[in-house]
Amino acid sequence: MTEHTHTTCEELLDSLSAYIDGALAPELCRELEKHLAECNNCRVVLNTTKRTIDLVQTPLEKPDLPEDVRERLFKRLNLDDYLTRKSK
Amino acid sequence: MNRQPSNEISLEAIIAGDRAEFARLVDEYSSPIYRLGLRMLGNPQDAEDVLQNTFLNALTHIQNFEGRSSLATWLYRIAANEALMLLRKKKPEVNIEEMEGEEDAEDLHPARFVDWSALPEDELLSDEGKKALDDAIQQLPESLRLVFLLRDVEGLSIKETAEALNLTETNVKTRLLRARLALREQLSAYYSERLPARSEK
Repeated sequence: MTEHTHTTCEELLDSLSAYIDGALAPELCRELEKHLAECNNCRVVLNTTKRTIDLVQTPLEKPDLPEDVRERLFKRLNLDDYLTRKSK
Repeated sequence: MNRQPSNEISLEAIIAGDRAEFARLVDEYSSPIYRLGLRMLGNPQDAEDVLQNTFLNALTHIQNFEGRSSLATWLYRIAANEALMLLRKKKPEVNIEEMEGEEDAEDLHPARFVDWSALPEDELLSDEGKKALDDAIQQLPESLRLVFLLRDVEGLSIKETAEALNLTETNVKTRLLRARLALREQLSAYYSERLPARSEK
């Protein structure tokens, strides 16, 4: 497990999430980056996985609660008095 | 991060019956909880049920909140349970705990190597691109989708996601990787048809 002298595609896949999240030890990062520099397919997997995560975090993918849903929620919780939003 | 209220919500005030403070809590977390319901159940009516039940439940049980996790994580936990309960009612065949035996990594292997990551955002998030992304998320198995939504969409940490879903951190990491790779694969299939010239296969 500790012999990362020659990172393989397999190992890259195992560490992919941790690498993207910045949770991988620097030493392992370097090994992985060495592999990335030589392996086009792994680079593509990394780039497209990162991009996928970026996309789901855009505001378009995170719409706010529709106003009518909020209204019904507040009524159900007997919070009618607090329906008017205070300024942010 | 939308999880950190600009000024901290007071648990003590809510427990003491402060309605205005409870309303603040509702406003702070109703959007992410509604989104979670929408993505787990797939329709607005069920999402609204998840939302309402989550806060009704929270109101009933807030006295018992022990503060071992954050208030946010506790709410997500209630919401996830509400979503899963409703899901089981609607689709009894769904098994959320099925993951233990599925650790073999066969289907983790990427098969498409088209680099669509440099496409401009307005293409990736055009109506069509957005639909492809939403469909891909919708196709994730429920057990992966829930982890993915909490971690990657709503931005909970691995630890918070584990607490909210009563999973080990290792299990969250495994599911997260599977979810990310499955989504990547789906989107790559979609974009490989749009980038034929650069496709490798």
